[in-house]
Amino acid sequence: MAESSSTPHAAASAALQPGGRGFVADWSADQRSFKTASWHKAMMWIFLLSDTFIFSCFLIAYMTVRMSTVEPWPNTSEVFALTIAGESIPLILIAIMTFVLISSSGTMALAVNYGYRKNRRATLILLLVTAGLGATFVGMQAFEWTKLIHEGVRPWGNPWGAPQFGSIFFMVTGFHGTHVTIGVIFLLIVARKVWRGEYDEEKKGFFTSRKGNYESVEVMGLYWHFVDLVWVFIFAFFYLW
Amino acid sequence: MTQAAHSSPGTANQAAPDHGQHHPLKVYFVVWGWLFVLSALSYMVDYFQFEGYLRWTLILIFMMLKAGLIVAVFMHMVWERLALIYAILVPPLAVLVFVGIMAIESEHTLFTRHLFFGAGG
Repeated sequence: MAESSSTPHAAASAALQPGGRGFVADWSADQRSFKTASWHKAMMWIFLLSDTFIFSCFLIAYMTVRMSTVEPWPNTSEVFALTIAGESIPLILIAIMTFVLISSSGTMALAVNYGYRKNRRATLILLLVTAGLGATFVGMQAFEWTKLIHEGVRPWGNPWGAPQFGSIFFMVTGFHGTHVTIGVIFLLIVARKVWRGEYDEEKKGFFTSRKGNYESVEVMGLYWHFVDLVWVFIFAFFYLW
Repeated sequence: MTQAAHSSPGTANQAAPDHGQHHPLKVYFVVWGWLFVLSALSYMVDYFQFEGYLRWTLILIFMMLKAGLIVAVFMHMVWERLALIYAILVPPLAVLVFVGIMAIESEHTLFTRHLFFGAGG
């Protein structure tokens, strides 16, 4: 770049056009289409787009087997009910899991915000709370799996109806749970970097050797919110439908 | 859309060196609250055992509202430029075509199962 300053896009972004014209100008521009998003962020978005297709395929597979089976589909409202204080409450475990995950999304959003304010302490605490809520979610999912396996649910059959129920359940929730688990691990890695102040002193990452900054917290947040987003669809289509 | 929602002074894409997303905390708390309310409402759909089209409609409305809030505010999509918004949000529309194709396919499978295995399988 001709400009020697540390903000190569600063001059360019002042001249950026808004709206549809800006969209055409950005996409027909030299060098890069994403004028204000860093590659770090753009690539995370593109990864999430590919992940969207993966989860879409799972949910479409679910739709296909559910629409084409001649046997009755198990009633999820009863399958996922829990007996609390002698009373059977439908779907209660899934409702609690949903609230846990939404809470973690909230704390993540706050962590990103405090990161940009360079408030290390608040960012660290909020990241750890997010990781804790994520781990709680995975724990509850493990409980749910254990309960269903004890009740006889297998990938090839279950006591209540269409055998496809088990395979779809284990695949979809298992893949989502894997995403949450990976998210918790990376939350802890990012939290450690915040704790050590590596984003304040722009220490280079061990893997990419790019200079660290608090945008990493936002990109981590994109992944985490995506995990919550996927759950919104699983909750609607698999548990409520 | 993007300009109005932006809260910090200056234009939507200020020339800040880090292009960071600086927004007041209140936005996040409001969205957080709405996500709780919408989740509670979608749980209520099951709890009160609404059936048929009413159930589907409510589930889909609450689902899309929640997804929209998460993507728009928590993932900062409303504050990004259209180049990124379209690049990410348009391709998933192809999924709807796939849904349509597979719906036709499963109707056909169900039909042949009824035809050859008899009703009730």
